Amino acid sequence: MKKALLFAVVLCLAVSLGALTPVEAQKIKQGGTMVVTYKDDISTLDPAIGYDWQNWSMIKSLFNGLMDYKAGTYKLEPDLAESFTISPDGKIYTFKIRKDVKFHNGRKLTAEDIKYSIDRAVNPKTQSPGQGFFGSIKGFDDMVAGKTTELSGMTVVDPYTLRIELSRPDATFLHVMAINFAFAVPKEEVEKWGADFGKHPVGTGAFKMQEWKLGQRVVYVRNHDYYKPGLPRLDKIIFEVGVEPTVALLRLQRGQVDILGDGIPPARFLQVKNDPKNADLIIEGGQLHTGYVSMNVRMKPFDNVKVRQAVNMAINKKRICKIINNRAIPANQPLPPAMPGYDKNYKGYPYNPQKAKALLAEAGYANGFTTELYANNTDPNPRIAQAIQQDLAGIGIKANLKTLAQSAVITAGGEPDQAPMIWSGGMAWIADFPDPSNFYGPILGCGGAVKGGWNWSWYCNKDLEAKATKADAMSDPAKASQRTELWRSIFIDIMKDAPWAPIFNEQRFTMRALRLGGPDAIFVDPVHIPVNYEYVYAKDAQ
Amino acid sequence: MSYSLKKFLRNRLALFGMVMILLFSIAAIFAPFIAPHPPNKQFFEGLSIEGAPLPPNTKFWLGTDLLGRSLFSRLLFGARTSLLIGIAANGAAVLIGAFLGIIAGYVKGFLGTAIMRFTDLMMAFPALLLAIALAAIFNPSLWIVALVIALVNWVQIARVIYSQTVTLVEQEYIEAIRSIGASWPRILFVHVVPHLWPTLLVWGTLGIATTVLLEATLSFLGVGVRPPTPSWGGIIYESQSYFLDAPWLVFFPGAAIMLLSLSFNLVGDALRDVLDPTQRGRD
Amino acid sequence: MLTFLAKRLGQSILILFGVTLITFCLSFLMPADPVRMIAGRSATQATVESIRKQLGLDQPLPVQYVKYLGRLVQGDLGRSYKQKTQVRELIMSRLPATLLLMVGTIFFELLIGLPAGIYAATKRGSPTDTWIMALSFAGVSIPQFVLGLLLLYVFANMIPIFPLGGYGSLKHLVLPALTLGISGGGWYSRMIRSSMVDVLRQDFIRTARAKGLTERAVVLVHALRNAILPVVAMVGLDIGIFMAGAVVVESVYGWPGIGQLAWQAIQMVDIPIIMGVTLVAAIGIVLGNLLADLIMPFVDPRVYLR
Repeated sequence: MKKALLFAVVLCLAVSLGALTPVEAQKIKQGGTMVVTYKDDISTLDPAIGYDWQNWSMIKSLFNGLMDYKAGTYKLEPDLAESFTISPDGKIYTFKIRKDVKFHNGRKLTAEDIKYSIDRAVNPKTQSPGQGFFGSIKGFDDMVAGKTTELSGMTVVDPYTLRIELSRPDATFLHVMAINFAFAVPKEEVEKWGADFGKHPVGTGAFKMQEWKLGQRVVYVRNHDYYKPGLPRLDKIIFEVGVEPTVALLRLQRGQVDILGDGIPPARFLQVKNDPKNADLIIEGGQLHTGYVSMNVRMKPFDNVKVRQAVNMAINKKRICKIINNRAIPANQPLPPAMPGYDKNYKGYPYNPQKAKALLAEAGYANGFTTELYANNTDPNPRIAQAIQQDLAGIGIKANLKTLAQSAVITAGGEPDQAPMIWSGGMAWIADFPDPSNFYGPILGCGGAVKGGWNWSWYCNKDLEAKATKADAMSDPAKASQRTELWRSIFIDIMKDAPWAPIFNEQRFTMRALRLGGPDAIFVDPVHIPVNYEYVYAKDAQ
Repeated sequence: MSYSLKKFLRNRLALFGMVMILLFSIAAIFAPFIAPHPPNKQFFEGLSIEGAPLPPNTKFWLGTDLLGRSLFSRLLFGARTSLLIGIAANGAAVLIGAFLGIIAGYVKGFLGTAIMRFTDLMMAFPALLLAIALAAIFNPSLWIVALVIALVNWVQIARVIYSQTVTLVEQEYIEAIRSIGASWPRILFVHVVPHLWPTLLVWGTLGIATTVLLEATLSFLGVGVRPPTPSWGGIIYESQSYFLDAPWLVFFPGAAIMLLSLSFNLVGDALRDVLDPTQRGRD
Repeated sequence: MLTFLAKRLGQSILILFGVTLITFCLSFLMPADPVRMIAGRSATQATVESIRKQLGLDQPLPVQYVKYLGRLVQGDLGRSYKQKTQVRELIMSRLPATLLLMVGTIFFELLIGLPAGIYAATKRGSPTDTWIMALSFAGVSIPQFVLGLLLLYVFANMIPIFPLGGYGSLKHLVLPALTLGISGGGWYSRMIRSSMVDVLRQDFIRTARAKGLTERAVVLVHALRNAILPVVAMVGLDIGIFMAGAVVVESVYGWPGIGQLAWQAIQMVDIPIIMGVTLVAAIGIVLGNLLADLIMPFVDPRVYLR
């Protein structure tokens, strides 16, 4: 356990060090092509709709928002905005917008476009999965209810000034302005293509889409009018889809592929890692991910905190990490190590089946009980669920497995009385933005503990909810560390009630061809997941 | 019959199939006594330090799977899953098919037409997709998987039985029996059903071969029998991405599926030759 | 002939109608809510209900079904819930891969099945015959995913002549088509053998032999011409079956066919795609059957078109 913790700390350091390295833009020549592979099809490139592993970073290369993160880091910086001011009460944001930004169709971007784009993401007709992020903007509820078609809180002051009024102070608001769903889209193109805009994306981003062959490939070319000097570095990116990770790896070794979009295939991980030839090609990074077992606190016997604590102590997390070839580190709290608010001094519940049994006996289940563990049916999740099942059996809990399609598990979790336990893998929580509140609201807060919600443990602690509301209202940047401290205490308090058994934090292992250059951090960019395409350059073009 | 029996026994392929089925049955029935390890026990020493499965060795004769379980033990218990589902699902399919086929062939009229149009409809469904969808709806346990397979597989049997029943009923002696006032149950059970036995027996055997394959396929797609119940298809599903490094995890269970299915095919085909020489080929 | 066609066409439309009805019911029996998959994890209850309303999923099932049929007769298969793309477009993008795999498969089925079946028929009762039949059965009995992985292991990993899966060139086609071709070839060889055996017994063959033709000519020209018709009918059936795609082989080889599309849609409860794919597959099967039925009277004159 200690060793794992140490590992986590070192890793944390490594991530932040990588983040500190400045990305040099001047000396690098533009040009060259790269090939990126994905297994699954790209569903859409509409920023208001795309929410998949493959298209997340692809959309970031086509579009921009008011805010973004410094490449390879979690540090917010203005993007389409030139500057911004926040009113003292934290409720009014005024963004000055850059005057040198053009859409791919040649038209200049104005404040009107940003207003249109955010309105569009909130409009129920768009069916955006990101709608909920904009909840703090004034007029949100009316628009969701269909009473209005524009957010009353947003006003275009002049063509290059946008004023956004919030209904409550929101410390995460600038993060929301950096999320894909807030990216600027041109009204005329959206109206021209209608629902097919996602297949004919037009944005302001570093790349333009040139070709899309459904189910085969997407081709990006450089946007010569891009407003950031020297970017992007590549002339062309070819995304090939439908490529099995194992095949992609082989092709990378043969020089036909430059980046494995899905990472190193788990099954080949050991072989690849242990081959000294690959030492320079593999880049390891953390990600804002926690895999956990949720326990429904409204269902017997998980309504008893001792039972939940017993489960926490029964699971041998190290063995589970070993089963997935140590591509993860054991977790003891909801937040992943790279997230602000992570408590590195917290020890968590140690692996101790004896103590767990004793706790069960105290709770009145000396002979154990029978329950159900839901899990996604894609590898490696059934395996992990079976490992958890065996550990639970060790303290007398007989957990029958229900391995189902993702959609069925999510639906079951959204019912108050259906899924006693869920292994989150395969539907797991990867944070949308690097703020601890993102790990609370929908998955541990009272707001998510509703029918159809994502708080599968149905945990709702009114005291913590009040604290969380307070923390989210602390939008003054000067209070940032105080706020982080508050979040830290909230998550440690949650662990006292143990609605989750955190299992591990998955690490990311990307592999890139030797001919690609760029700081390591952009290949495991924590925000541009999986890779920050803008900053990659081709060594053969130098 | 003794002539047929001799003919059957002369068929060496069928004998081979019989012996294999017998061996698999012994393995399934006596699995708890033969298996060197409990099938679901995840051994800590069953994985390498880095978490890789072990190739065949002295402790684990056929190696271990990705959770460090004994592959040999899981294969033995997997025989239970395959045989149970094979026999139960196919039995149910034959029963449903025979029932509907006989009714349709005997009653004719509206009911008969309705049944046969319904089988046409079922024939037009892509069978595997139908099975996947049904498995997604029912959340499979062992018996549910059997039921799903039966619901997909009864159609062909119904068609064959229907056409045979129609031929039988049209024969003159049935007409004669009917005219002397025999009741319909008597006609059906005394004069029709006995003639259908050979076909039912052949289908009862051949069908198991397809059922075993379908069960393995559903498990391979992750919608079959629920883990940790050992299932040959399920073992391959869990290990397929590792097959370049751990091919034993795919090929041992793969060989088992093939042998079992092959055996039922050989025996069924020989039965058909003996009992029903007019029916050969695919159907 | 024309009345036969008209009657069959009418029946086919009824069958397709039934297929859509059953698929529709099955889709809604799935224990997952498509709206929640669209709305995402931060959605409010109001959003969920609003999306449900927009998709018309709040209406009673019969109303939804009738509306679906109404759009269907205008050729509109709807849009995917998740991708928002026209289902027609999605299916069309997968069709080339599916058709290519179908052609490749039938090629291998015939390449394996015909010679094996003919040879076995001419050596009827010999050990060669027994062996060919045993191998045919083995081909039929081996699960496609095992054979697929085996071929991948041997011909792409150990001896890397073929790519490890994927789509693009003819080289990519060989292993998936061979996988399906071996199991299908088993059926073909057994069928061609039994029909050959029947034909070889007939009088005109005896006449041909008596005319002094070589055995080779008798078998390959006279007998085969008569024995091949059931094979043609079976190819018709195969065309139908493969229109549904080959879920297993596509998944083993990463082949972007219709089967994968259907499989993913079932996982995501993307009902418009499920409906569309089933319908296309059913059309394929119905047409394949029709083709087979049209050929049958030429095979066996006792069969009339009714």
